[in-house]
Amino acid sequence: MALKASDLKVGDTHTERLVEDLKRTQLVQYAGASGDYNPLHTDEIYTTQVAGYPAVFAHGMLTMGMTGRMLTNYVGDGRLTKYGVRFTSQVWPGDTLDSTATVEKVSQEGGVKLVDLAVVTTNQKGVAVLSGYAQARID
Amino acid sequence: MAVESFPVEFSHIMMFARAVGDDNPIYHDPQYAKGTEPGSVIAPPTFAQASAQFDPDYSLRPKPGKPWFGSGGSPSGVQRETSESGGNGGGLHAEQHFEYHRHLKPGDVLTATFRPGATWEKEGKRSGKLIFSESITEYRDQNGELVITARGVGVRTERPVEQA
Repeated sequence: MALKASDLKVGDTHTERLVEDLKRTQLVQYAGASGDYNPLHTDEIYTTQVAGYPAVFAHGMLTMGMTGRMLTNYVGDGRLTKYGVRFTSQVWPGDTLDSTATVEKVSQEGGVKLVDLAVVTTNQKGVAVLSGYAQARID
Repeated sequence: MAVESFPVEFSHIMMFARAVGDDNPIYHDPQYAKGTEPGSVIAPPTFAQASAQFDPDYSLRPKPGKPWFGSGGSPSGVQRETSESGGNGGGLHAEQHFEYHRHLKPGDVLTATFRPGATWEKEGKRSGKLIFSESITEYRDQNGELVITARGVGVRTERPVEQA
């Protein structure tokens, strides 16, 4: 279901819970699917004893991928035209993430209607782990 | 660096969608997907990143007979790299940006070309000197059409990021 320009106004929001109590197994799943086998994400021994982190942590791209699900659920399948993020804090096993898209602009370019969204994903402590933007075609 | 052939495949899309916790049937059910606006299974928005699977030289994949820095009998399979210019904390992903010219679907065969972008430095509060470097990846389909433009920013930290 695509969004309609006439139904949208600046400041509208869409929020979804991305994950509750993130499991290490999901990091393994993401490593396998994406091909990024950096041991920082799956190898607790290397990550704690050699790299100096308290635990393995999520691929930034896993957080971006989960946040992408919130976006496509909101704007519809195949509608995104741009999506970009900064990874602002690490995501750890056990984290619970919520993500919000906020309408920043509704516009029309050459007959194509577009919505610009601000995107932020936060953890259970309210810390932003990802912030960025997306743009999608709307009806 | 380049990926000469990145075949976009149904089961890879299904596994990738599972990994990001997305059970939207457009990623695994061709019958359902027929009735949607795209009209077929498509790939989720960050799927292009999985081109790493098709990069023969990708450094974050263990290769038979080659040293690997993850743990085995000892906590790391190789001596840590050291560098005088910072970067001892290792590399992290700082930013990722995608522009979609069209969405990927099974049957597409992509090529990816990389070019370096800007590099810059910053003093970080939690990890010492930060060295950022940007790379731009252009994904083209079997007809030579540009389908996705991606811009990634990596950062090397002087020491591991301190936890708040």
